[in-house]
Amino acid sequence: MYPARTWLSRSFSNISSHPLRVCVVGSGPAGFYTAEKMLKAHQGAEVDIIDRLLTPFGLVRSGVAPDHPETKIVINQFTRVVQHERCSFFGNVTLGSSISLAELRELYHVVVLAYGAESDRDLGIPGEDLSGIHSAREFVWWYNGHPDGKNLNPDLKSTDTAIILGQGNVALDVARILLRPTTELATTDIASHALAALNQSSIRKVYLVGRRGPVQAACTAKELREVLGIKDLYIHIKEVDLLKSSEDEEVLKNNRIQRRVYELLSKAATSGNSHSSSGQGELHFVFFRKPACFLDSGTGHVAGVHFEKTVLKGVGPGKQVAVGTGKFEDLDCGMVLKSIGYKSVPVDGLPFDHQKGVVPNASGRVLTDALGDQTLLEKGLYVCGWLKRGPTGIIATNLYCAKETVASISQDLEQGTLAAVTSLPKPGREGLLQLLDDRNVRIVPFSGWEKIDSEERRLGSLRNKPREKLTTWEDLLKVGTE
Amino acid sequence: MLVSRLSRIGVQTVKQLARGMCTSLCRTGFLQTPYSQCRQPWFELHTDPKAFQGTLFQKHYLFSSTASGSDIGDGSERKEMISVTFVDKDGEEKHIKVPIGMSMLEAAHEHDIELEGACEGSLACSTCHVIVMDVECYNKLEDPTDEENDMLDLAFGLTETSRLGCQVIAKPELDGIRLAIPAATRNFAVDGYVPKPH
Repeated sequence: MYPARTWLSRSFSNISSHPLRVCVVGSGPAGFYTAEKMLKAHQGAEVDIIDRLLTPFGLVRSGVAPDHPETKIVINQFTRVVQHERCSFFGNVTLGSSISLAELRELYHVVVLAYGAESDRDLGIPGEDLSGIHSAREFVWWYNGHPDGKNLNPDLKSTDTAIILGQGNVALDVARILLRPTTELATTDIASHALAALNQSSIRKVYLVGRRGPVQAACTAKELREVLGIKDLYIHIKEVDLLKSSEDEEVLKNNRIQRRVYELLSKAATSGNSHSSSGQGELHFVFFRKPACFLDSGTGHVAGVHFEKTVLKGVGPGKQVAVGTGKFEDLDCGMVLKSIGYKSVPVDGLPFDHQKGVVPNASGRVLTDALGDQTLLEKGLYVCGWLKRGPTGIIATNLYCAKETVASISQDLEQGTLAAVTSLPKPGREGLLQLLDDRNVRIVPFSGWEKIDSEERRLGSLRNKPREKLTTWEDLLKVGTE
Repeated sequence: MLVSRLSRIGVQTVKQLARGMCTSLCRTGFLQTPYSQCRQPWFELHTDPKAFQGTLFQKHYLFSSTASGSDIGDGSERKEMISVTFVDKDGEEKHIKVPIGMSMLEAAHEHDIELEGACEGSLACSTCHVIVMDVECYNKLEDPTDEENDMLDLAFGLTETSRLGCQVIAKPELDGIRLAIPAATRNFAVDGYVPKPH
């Protein structure tokens, strides 16, 4: 079925006298996989990838932890995509300010939005704006040298205790960066300002707090194994938290990830010392706690978290939620990192489901109606990645996500629903560059990134790091446009 | 690529014999996998899997050595290549020869077989996920390490005989191995996706 479709749309693109102009907004995994699949499926398509940053690769650059270099190897594949003769990258182009969505849709036959999730979910509890409370996203951007993350300057010197709310992989990444010996981080591509701050950090005790139990923990085995394996780290898990209900047993029976995570946690709970020695790093897994409010030190700085104890309540097969018990407990700390989820941000003229935090879509086709009426489509507008399905999954998830969106585009081309859009030539790349030039937007092409890349590698080689990231807009622009 | 008749018969035999063993898989893990030949006949051929293991191994061994012998005339190459069949998401088969020591990921890429390899074999992703179609062959592989299992946790369409292509290294005993490339077009979101019991 699929080859036939590919063939049809290929021939469609070929017989038309003008190229199919495609713009992908966002150059993370979702954007690059979309571009790759589009180029492959449509021999007549010209694909431009734009990004608000000067550097491509999205969260592969600014999300993946510095001590996970293997995960970043996918950049090689993405680089081959953009080096394709029908593909271009333009950095420093912001949808919504450099160019509006309406303008972009005028310039291109097909626009695929894959700009991810650049904001955070809120807890909505008192004290959330105290100083010393950050989102994990901001902290990750900071240690990964994102140009908007440099100024976070988290205070790691005034306290020995940090609380991380959430137990997903981002929470584990953050805990690992806080607790891992900095000598081991020094040879990664961690931002130099972060390495310097971590070198002087006094934080040695980290709490990872979850509303539910170890059976429901949202992390995966790899990240858990890593954090449990940090040298000379005391791990604390209350054995009583590991007790399983019959519902829990059922979940473990049916879910391989959960089962392996639970086994790792059980093993960690029973091995090792029962007490930490002085000065030793400590990692505490705290289950069945829901933050009720943040405690103020009296100076507007966070001094702790007031937690409500929870129990699990079944709300359907295999699904249990945490409900409060009315019993409370405080944990003292000097820093809180909220790792409770990312959130996408809409742009003008884009239908958006604020409740789910995604663009309403049918297999990647943007729906006009935020309530999800499947019949009203935004012609020529598609979505992929976190903006399409919410901020979950791994890099490879975007591969399948992009396949689905590109299959929708191919189907629409084939069945003629895009005929009205594609029958006329569109300005595409030339039109975009003209418009941006008129507005004095300094675009950074892929060759600009290659300059940044080689400069970063050069700086890195001086410090025995794979790269030393340029972390300010000024430096990036200077090197990228010289 | 041409495969000698003998080796094809060998592969066929293995396939037939393995069916009995796969029946249990079909019930638990294979139902979601897309290639249809996996589901249909195997239910009919439910025989005690244990009984097969001995004979299967011997026969397979015999065929594999004969097959590579007749396939490649040169004696020095005989021990160095094995036959591998990739079955893509549409059920199409591609027969290739793989030198001993090479991973299935590398082999697939050398022959333009569409198998992703996002991390280029560094055990940091699950995109080169393949399903070993003969349980006998699967059992001849070393058990996956914790690290490989960590990645398999995240593979789409995981089955009981799933492996990462980068971790399956060609060795003589694997001659005739058949690997299915899973298609995962539905339920791709990790949170909505329920991995099969292992």
